Amino acid sequence: METRQKYTPLLFVTEIIGILLALLFIAPFYFLIVNSFKKLGDILLNASSLPEKINFGNFQRAWEAVEFPRVFMNSFLVTSVSVLALVVISSMMAYRLVRRPTTFNKLLLTALIAAMIIPFQSVMLPLMRVTSWLELRGHFHGIVICYMGFGISLSMFLYHGFVKSVPLEIEEAAVMDGCTPYGVFWRIVFPLLKPITVTVIILNVLWIWNDYLLPMLVINDRMTTIPLAVQKFFGQYLRKWDLAMAALTLSTLPVIAFFLFLQKHIIEGITAGSVKG
Amino acid sequence: MQQTVFVGPGLIAFILIVLLPFVMGFYYMFTEWDGINIGDAKWTGMRNLTKIFTDDERFWDAFLFTVKFTLAGVLITNLTAFLLALMLSRNLKSRNVLRTIFFLPNVIGGLLLGYIWYFIFVRGFAAIGEATGIGFFNLQWLGTPNTAFWGIVIVFVWQTAGYMMIIYIAAMIGVPKDLIEAAKIDGAGMLQMLRSVTIPLIMPAITICLFLTTSNAFKMFDLNLSLTSGGPGNATESIALNIYREALGYSRYGLGTAKAMIFFLGVAIITVTQVWITKKQEVEA
Repeated sequence: METRQKYTPLLFVTEIIGILLALLFIAPFYFLIVNSFKKLGDILLNASSLPEKINFGNFQRAWEAVEFPRVFMNSFLVTSVSVLALVVISSMMAYRLVRRPTTFNKLLLTALIAAMIIPFQSVMLPLMRVTSWLELRGHFHGIVICYMGFGISLSMFLYHGFVKSVPLEIEEAAVMDGCTPYGVFWRIVFPLLKPITVTVIILNVLWIWNDYLLPMLVINDRMTTIPLAVQKFFGQYLRKWDLAMAALTLSTLPVIAFFLFLQKHIIEGITAGSVKG
Repeated sequence: MQQTVFVGPGLIAFILIVLLPFVMGFYYMFTEWDGINIGDAKWTGMRNLTKIFTDDERFWDAFLFTVKFTLAGVLITNLTAFLLALMLSRNLKSRNVLRTIFFLPNVIGGLLLGYIWYFIFVRGFAAIGEATGIGFFNLQWLGTPNTAFWGIVIVFVWQTAGYMMIIYIAAMIGVPKDLIEAAKIDGAGMLQMLRSVTIPLIMPAITICLFLTTSNAFKMFDLNLSLTSGGPGNATESIALNIYREALGYSRYGLGTAKAMIFFLGVAIITVTQVWITKKQEVEA
């Protein structure tokens, strides 16, 4: 469809419609941002006006009330460690399943793919029991292991499709040169998987960073992540819109920054991920 | 040995976190289990299922709500995404910026989006309504069952349309140019081109987008919790929220698990049927 068209009047009209729609799409962010600079009274008076003067007072109070640095760090640690673990275990597993398609491994692949259909709510109640048994609840490693379990299906599946396209000849040459099987994987195969690794990282970061229910069930107060903190905050400060809007602005900033910096990769990654899915 | 190192960690995590709880669910759904003494569950046979099927209107209301929401959400999201993609697969000057903007809501989680829109429905709309006098903005959006339903649909569409748009754009760019040229030479108009060339050729993307939106809409939880928390009354309570409340709110874990297993069956049937139907429509270029 992408042909070198001339810039026709029709295209111009389409462009105008597109821009108007885009304005409609970012309007919620306008409300969010302008109101996080206003005093409560001004918000109640008129929520759609621009702030009379920029003051960061709301942010300062929200920053402290949500304990932003702490919950940000928690979110950051949970997300980064879980995603790293997922990349390691799912790429290794996918590699093995492609290269050694034994009956067991084929069954395992089918089971992992089939499990993608199970909704989280269908396993969460027994999961609470399992996590208590294994003393995973309330521990950092506990939530990481949970994300490994829930994330492995999709991540492994994405890698699986990609490993198939890596030629065996390169590996054979490396084995001739005396490389161990682990060396072959980490030094030769894994670097070749980079495009799909980017996809796996992005999809998992967006999922884990924004996840609410799983941490709600297995994490304790000390490790509260951003979504949990915001939810708690709203429970306490409902109708204190000035604080609430500042807290929401703060909480959405990190992920928006992540997106704007990496948007090219994110959009490509999503396209790659969905074609496989 | 290598098998253990390469497959072991992933396999163990999968078994402990997904498979084991899932299998346990088939036992707990037949028990009474309060979740406080998380260890003891009393076998009660068919009692949970009987209760759900004969004496739990709230669950079936949630079921009906979820089905209606899924239908509306899936349809509107995909139509919006498709139209946006049609627009942005042309040579617009602002194409890249627009793509970014339409996608942006998607990176923020449902919980935060719900709170942002809660404010907009309660205060933002009121302000616009006052300034413009348009009746649409002066409704009590989250206050009546009907408007609250559409409120959630609006936010869902706003959140997911950009993601689906990306998938549709990728598919549209992949449509071979010679086919389009050939259709033009044969005198096909815009609509005819869409119906006879574009849509059949991007059918795989349609399958994927319908699958993703259906399963997301049917499993909606975060957005529901933060935007309406099921209200007014229980009018906008989704199945996922109903299960959550049954267990964590009323400490009826056995009953909650039984509902969760019915929920699983529902998700499985709906998504498998949908993929099966749309897959049949796929053609090769």
